[in-house]
Amino acid sequence: MDLYELTLHELQEKLHNKQASSEEIVKAVFGRIKDVEAKIQAFITLDEEGALDKARKCDARGDFSSIAGIPYGLKDIICSQGMKTTCASKILENFVPFYDATVASRLKEAGGVLVGKLNMDEFAMGSSTEQSAFFPTRNPWDLDRVPGGSSGGSAAAVAACEIPFALGTDTGGSIRQPASFCGVVGLKPTYGRVSRYGVVAYASSLDQVGVFSREVRDCALVLNIIAGRDPLDSTCVDIEKPDYTEFLRDDIKGLKIGYPREYFQEGIAKGIKDTVKKALLKYEELGALVEEVSLPHSEYALPAYYLVAPAEASANLARFDGVRYGRRDFEAENVIQMFSSTRAAGFGDEVKMRIMLGTYALSSGYYDAYYLKALKVRRLIKNDFDKVFNDFDLIVSPTTPTTAFKLGEQTGDPLTLYMNDILTVPINMAGLPGMSIPCGFVDALPVGMQLIGKPFDEGTLIRAAYAFEQNTDYHTAKPDPGVM
Amino acid sequence: MSKDFETVIGLEVHVELKTRSKIFCSCTNEFGAKPNTNVCPICSGFPGMLPVLNEQVVDYAIKSGLALNCEIADYCKFDRKNYFYPDLPKAYQISQYDLPVCKQGYLDIEVNGERKRIGITRAHLEEDAGKLVHQGTISSTTFSLVDLNRSGVPLLEIVSEPDLRSSQEARAYMEKLRSLLLFAGVSDCKMEEGSLRCDANVSVRPYGQEELGTRAEVKNLNSFKAMEKAIDYEVRRQIEAIEDGEEIIQETRTWEEERQITRSMRSKEEAHDYRYFPEPDLPPLRISREWVERILQSLPEMPEKARERLMEEYDLSEYDAHLLTLTPDYLAFFDECTLYYQDGKIISNWMMGELNKLLNQKNMDIAECRIKPAALADMLKLIDEGRISGKMAKDVFEEMFETGASPEKIIKEKGMEQISDEAALGTIIQEVIDKNPGVVDDYRNGKKKATGFLVGQVMQATKGQANPALVNKILAEKLNN
Repeated sequence: MDLYELTLHELQEKLHNKQASSEEIVKAVFGRIKDVEAKIQAFITLDEEGALDKARKCDARGDFSSIAGIPYGLKDIICSQGMKTTCASKILENFVPFYDATVASRLKEAGGVLVGKLNMDEFAMGSSTEQSAFFPTRNPWDLDRVPGGSSGGSAAAVAACEIPFALGTDTGGSIRQPASFCGVVGLKPTYGRVSRYGVVAYASSLDQVGVFSREVRDCALVLNIIAGRDPLDSTCVDIEKPDYTEFLRDDIKGLKIGYPREYFQEGIAKGIKDTVKKALLKYEELGALVEEVSLPHSEYALPAYYLVAPAEASANLARFDGVRYGRRDFEAENVIQMFSSTRAAGFGDEVKMRIMLGTYALSSGYYDAYYLKALKVRRLIKNDFDKVFNDFDLIVSPTTPTTAFKLGEQTGDPLTLYMNDILTVPINMAGLPGMSIPCGFVDALPVGMQLIGKPFDEGTLIRAAYAFEQNTDYHTAKPDPGVM
Repeated sequence: MSKDFETVIGLEVHVELKTRSKIFCSCTNEFGAKPNTNVCPICSGFPGMLPVLNEQVVDYAIKSGLALNCEIADYCKFDRKNYFYPDLPKAYQISQYDLPVCKQGYLDIEVNGERKRIGITRAHLEEDAGKLVHQGTISSTTFSLVDLNRSGVPLLEIVSEPDLRSSQEARAYMEKLRSLLLFAGVSDCKMEEGSLRCDANVSVRPYGQEELGTRAEVKNLNSFKAMEKAIDYEVRRQIEAIEDGEEIIQETRTWEEERQITRSMRSKEEAHDYRYFPEPDLPPLRISREWVERILQSLPEMPEKARERLMEEYDLSEYDAHLLTLTPDYLAFFDECTLYYQDGKIISNWMMGELNKLLNQKNMDIAECRIKPAALADMLKLIDEGRISGKMAKDVFEEMFETGASPEKIIKEKGMEQISDEAALGTIIQEVIDKNPGVVDDYRNGKKKATGFLVGQVMQATKGQANPALVNKILAEKLNN
C-alpha cells in the first residue's frame, strides 16, 4: 500500500518504527494530491513548501509522539496563522489571519503538518459545496456528484486519500452529511466540547468543530488533541475530557440503542432505510439491545433551524463591511454605499439570502413570532432527546435522506437542498454529539449511519462506531477517482 | 419657563469603568494612548474572534449598583445590538437588553434646600465603540480614520426614571451620580474625556396632567453646563411649539454648542431597528449572593455617610460638609489633615478658601495638588503658635502650592517668621515713637486713631513680620506711660 493510503494510526506506526519519515509521507500525500486534485478540487489553498519544511523539522527532531509529522487539512473557515482563510467567499478572498484558531494551534503544537485549506460552501452555508465562491468539489465516488457540504472539501480529500484526516465544522450537519456522502467517518462533538475560537462564526449557538477520518480510531486520536476547555471561548465547557482511545473496545454487549421512528419515515430513501436497519441488526448480533423510540418534535427542527441559524448569521457576517480587512469597494462615494457595494459584490446568493432571512426574523415586531418561537421549539427538541436518553445509551438513524446527488441537481430549489439536513439538524439544535460512519452502499454510493449520544458522551459514540467498524468492512472500500 | 407647563426629564448616562483591561479582551483600558495601539483581533472584530467577559467589569458594575441602591440581578445576560457604523467593528454592540445587571435603584438630590429621591430604572453593561477621526472638518475631508482604542472599553449605562423636573434637578442628579461613582471608585467620571456621557429625554406637559408629553432625546451634552442649557432650550422650544398649536414629535435631537440650540437628528420613523437578540458567544451571567456580599464589604464610605460624620465630628455646616464630600479625593485630603490637626472647621475653611481658589485658578484637581494634608496641618500649627500671622500664612500657602516646600522651610528661607520677641519689638517701637513726636502728641491730645499710623510704621520696619497683637499691646503701654 502507498503511504498516502494509510490511516493516521498506521502512519503513526510507520513513523515510530522508522519505516517512513515524515518527509516521505508528506511527499506521498502531495504526489496523491497532484494525481487527483484536478478532478476532486478539495483544496482552496495548498502549502507544499511549508508542509515539507515542517516535515523535515519533525524528522530532524525525531519526536513522533501524538500526530507529529502527520499531514492534515483544515476547512477554510478555521483561521490559520499566515495562511489564507477565505471561508470560500470573495469577501475574504485574500484574508490572511495573523492568529491561529485554538484547534489549529493544538494540532500545530501536537506536531501535525498542515497541508492546506479545504473547500466548503461559502461561510458554511450549504449542503453540497456548490456554494463555494471559487469552484465546486467533486465526490470521489462519482465525479458527477457532490461531496455534500458544507465541509465537502474536508470529506472529499479524506475519502480520496489526499490526506489522512481533516477538520471541518458542523452547524446543521456540515460534517456528518458530507462524511456520509463520501463514505468516511465524521464526528461532530457536543456543543462546548471543542473551542470555536478562531473559527469564523456562522451560527454561534450551533457551530462546532469536528473530525473527518477514514477510521474510527483516528477520529478518537484527533478528538483527544482538539477537545477540552479553552479560556478564549466562554461556551467551551470545563468538563473532564477522557482519553477517547480507551473507548476503542470491540464490546458493546448490553448497550441500549434506540432508533427513532420519525427518522425512518417516507422522504428517506428506501435503500438507505434498509441499509441502516441492516446495520441495526448487526448491532443486535453484537449484543446491543435495539428498540424503536420516538422524537416527536424532530419535524419542527428544520424550520426552527432556518430561523435560529440565519438570525445569528445576520449578525455574525455583519462585520464583513470592508472597513478593517477583506474586500472593499474603493469606488464608493460614501460609507453607506461602501458597506452595501462591498457586501453586494463580496457575498454569494445563498449567503445573502440567509442574511436577509435572519435580519427579517429578528426585526422588530417579528422577533416573538419567529426567533423566540424557534428557541422554544429548540427546548422541546432537547427535551425529546433527554427523555429517550433516560433509557438509552445511544440513538441511531440514517445520516441523510439520500445518497450523494448530482451537481446542479438541487441548486434550483433551496427547500429541497435544506431537506438534506433534516436528520442532522435536530442534533445541533439539541447540542448533542453526532457521528456518521460508513454502513453500506446503495448503487455504489456510500451510505452513512448517524450515531447520536448524550451530551459530552462522545466516548459511547466512538465505542459503538468502533465495534461496528471492527465487525464490518465498509470502511475499507476506497473510491477510485482515477489518476490524471 | 412657562408656569402652565411642567418639565419632565429622564437621563441616560454612560460611564466608562476604569478596569485594567477592556470588557471582552485583555487590551489595556486607558485614555489618550496613540491611535490603534490598545487593540487586538477581538476588539477590532476580526473573523472568528470571541468575547470573554472580564470579571473586574462585573465587580465594578455590582459596586456601582450598590452605590446607587440598586437590586443586583442574580441572573443576567448579554445581547447583541445590531447596527452598521465604521467605528463598530463587529457591526453589533454587545449590550444587555432585557436582563440588566442592576435595576430599581435611586439616589437623593437636593435643590434649593429640598431633598428629592430620583429613581434609577436600570444600569446595564455594554462595550464602547471606537471613534472616527477626521482631518480638518468632516465636510471638507475625503476620508475618515478609525481609532479602535476605545472599542471594547466597558460602559455602564444608567437610566433614570422620568423623575427630574428642571435643569437644576438634572444637574444635581448628575453631580450626585458622579460623586457616588467616584466614591465607589469605578470611574474617573471626566466629561471632557468622555468617561461620563449623558443623553436627556425631555418632555413637557400641562400641570396636573398624568400622561407624559412626547419626548425628545437630546444628545451631545458634553458638560454639565451644556446639559442645563440644552434642557432649558428644549423645554422652551417644546412649550412654544405647543402654544403655537404644533405637535411635538418623538425624535432624537443634538445640542449645537456654537448656536446654542438643539437640532433634529432623526425622527422615530428613522430610528434604528437594533434587532436585539441574546449573545450566543457568552453564557448567561450568574451573580451569587456571596459575590455581592464580597463587593459590599469592599465598598468605601459613601458621600452621604461621610457628610453626616463630618457634621457630627467637626461641627461643620451642612454646606461645608457637602462640599468636602463631593469627591473622594477631597474628602481624603480633609480626613488625612485631621490626623495631624484637630480643628476640622479651620481645615475646612482653608480648603474651601485658599486651596479652592488656587486650584480653580490653575484648573487643577486636588489629587495633583503639591500641598499635602500634613503640610497644611503644619502650617496651621505655625499660626496657632504665633510664628506666622494669618495674613502671612496666605503667602506661605501660596508658596507651598507653587513649590511643594514645607511651611517651615518657606518661612526660614524667606525670613518670614513673625517677630513675637517683646524686647526686640519694644526697641523697634521705641524708635518709631522717637521718630514721630508729632503723631505721638496727636495721640496724647485725644486723636486715638493716630496709633494706626504708628502700627503701620512698625510693620514697615519689620517687613510685616511683627506679631500685630503684640505690637498693639506694647505700643499702648508705651504711649500711655
